[in-house]
Amino acid sequence: MSANNCRAVKVISNKPLGLSSPGEEIVELKLESPDWKPGWRAGQFVMIRPISWPLDLVWGRPFSICNADETSLTILFQVVGRGTSRLLELKEGDEVNIWGPLGNFFSKPQNRPVLMLAGGMGIAPFCGYVDSHPQPENLKLFFAHRPPLENYPYKGIAGKVDVEDIRETKPTDIPSIITRVEELVKEYAEKDGLIVACGPTPFLKTIWNAANKYGADAELSLENRMACGVGACLGCVCKDGDDHHTQVCTTGPVFKANNLSLEG
Amino acid sequence: MDVSIDFAGLKLKNPILTASGTFGFGLEFKHFGDLESLGGIVVKGLSLKPREGNPMPRIAETPCGMLNAIGIQNPGVEEFINKKLPKLPWKTLPVLANLYATDAAEFGELAGVLAGEEGVAALEVNVSCPNVKEGGIAFGQDPRQITKVAEAVKKNAGNKPVIIKLSPNVTDITVCAKAAEDGGADGLSLINTLSGMAVDIERRTPRLANVIGGLSGPAVKPVALRCVYQAVNAVKIPVMGLGGITTAEDAAEFLLVGAKAVQIGTGNFISPDTAFKVAEELPKVLERVKAESIDEFIGSLQLPK
Ligand SMILES: Cc1cc2nc3c(=O)[nH]c(=O)nc-3n(C[C@H](O)[C@H](O)[C@H](O)COP(=O)(O)OP(=O)(O)OC[C@H]3O[C@@H](n4cnc5c(N)ncnc54)[C@H](O)[C@@H]3O)c2cc1C
Ligand SMILES: Cc1cc2nc3c(=O)[nH]c(=O)nc-3n(C[C@H](O)[C@H](O)[C@H](O)COP(=O)(O)O)c2cc1C
Ligand code: FES
Repeated sequence: MSANNCRAVKVISNKPLGLSSPGEEIVELKLESPDWKPGWRAGQFVMIRPISWPLDLVWGRPFSICNADETSLTILFQVVGRGTSRLLELKEGDEVNIWGPLGNFFSKPQNRPVLMLAGGMGIAPFCGYVDSHPQPENLKLFFAHRPPLENYPYKGIAGKVDVEDIRETKPTDIPSIITRVEELVKEYAEKDGLIVACGPTPFLKTIWNAANKYGADAELSLENRMACGVGACLGCVCKDGDDHHTQVCTTGPVFKANNLSLEG
Repeated sequence: MDVSIDFAGLKLKNPILTASGTFGFGLEFKHFGDLESLGGIVVKGLSLKPREGNPMPRIAETPCGMLNAIGIQNPGVEEFINKKLPKLPWKTLPVLANLYATDAAEFGELAGVLAGEEGVAALEVNVSCPNVKEGGIAFGQDPRQITKVAEAVKKNAGNKPVIIKLSPNVTDITVCAKAAEDGGADGLSLINTLSGMAVDIERRTPRLANVIGGLSGPAVKPVALRCVYQAVNAVKIPVMGLGGITTAEDAAEFLLVGAKAVQIGTGNFISPDTAFKVAEELPKVLERVKAESIDEFIGSLQLPK
């Protein structure tokens, strides 16, 4: 990381994908490149706090790096609360303070099948993962979502790797999602594949349980609430494999399933 | 302008320090500025044995502030001495250890462990943590206990300055300030967090697993300023002020009411370079308000006649 990895960058564009109705917006925020050296890896995240935020929004907000190149950094966010609804108001040219790239990242094994399990916004880190993977033919994405597919950056991924999706429109859809996730985890455990997963905690719990049951090699990215993003406040902790509290922002956000406890 | 100060025998190049629990063990911030440009850093609260801290969720954002109930999660004092301290440039960056224990004897023991550590510039004694079930707040609210803890730490601290960190959750802060001075404290720091609570009406639950937590950030600044002002006028020992400082102007306000140094806590979360910026900008602010020197400015508040 460079010595100055907290900087203000300008908004290039900020627009909802698809034809979303209020509450379903998934927004693509493109920022000027923070010019990271030596670079970033899929699974890492940034903390974002627009310069215009008043002090009633104290913390920055963590978002997965969706993609980044020499000219821009892209993140995807869903409007869920106070911070993300303010992010929606950002216009071209507005300044945003960002610090990153933070945390660890997903592995990219050679010559092994990789299953990406994404729940909702959990799809964000996989955009960069697919783009930077040397063997996309080894990748499969399983995507569980609520808003329609066109609200997500799904097409870009579907053009490159094997994909499967399930839309949850009512609570009774959940058991079939759980069943399918378990089947896939079992299948990849049997063929010595790697599972990389990101999504809401109940989704990750299903994967964590199945990975333990079938002895699958799985990496799970957690989305705990964060204040600092750099390992200092201890507000974001989870339990590691030895049942000790550890920082999600610096030890994670990506954890090996066997090095994590999602019990309780 | 030269903003170096002497705080209870500590020579600080500027009066800007970072507050315990908000700056980790320092190295977490090395990419965001030059650590040695700070007056000093106060590390996360240390206990004799490692502590796991409280269950999640432990933090909640509130208007202009936050609540925390971390519960002094820390790796224990030995691990700090062996693994964390050697990585810090302590020869040029004053590192203050923040102590947490559940009774006066244990505080004394902890001070004894740190007394011989060359890399520790001073001991800051947390008698005011609201987030732990045992001890914690009870000390901070009982002047006799504050005196006892100060005595116990002072006795074992060798030649290290002892700074007692006070809680604002009391009826009369001056009584606590005097109690610490009576126990032999070399300085005070205040405030620790204010006891607070937040709830979620959708889930009908508290937002913190611990139910009650400590409020910090800009929301507490007026309370902190008042506490510092009252304490400064009650004791002879120097006072470090903290609570809601996010800019050099905020820092100057604390100096104006009499604090000799300040700490940045929650401000480090607004942006990880906040403390560095405050340290850089303070001289300019003092020049702007036509201070002759930092010593002249400290405590120069003009009261209404
Ligand atoms: C490493 C990491 C990567 C992330 N990547 C993305 C991403 O790519 N896209 C995206 O849309 N979101 C992502 N998130 C989640 C995102 O940070 C939160 O949605 C955001 O902070 C909510 O801010 P808010 O102020 O709108 O919500 P608040 O007003 O603070 O809360 C609104 C609701 O959201 C819930 N919530 C808030 N923060 C989180 C959180 N961190 N995890 C789970 N629930 C939360 C609250 O419990 C509440 O119900 C990521 C989180 C982490 C830790
Ligand atoms: C996440 C967090 C952890 C804290 N941990 C400690 C601690 O270990 N020891 C301590 O004395 N104070 C601790 N504090 C209190 C701060 O050092 C400081 O007194 C308080 O936050 C007020 O300052 P601020 O408004 O600038 O944050 C903690 C505060 C926060 C927000
Ligand atoms: S967010 Fe502060 S330690 Fe992880």
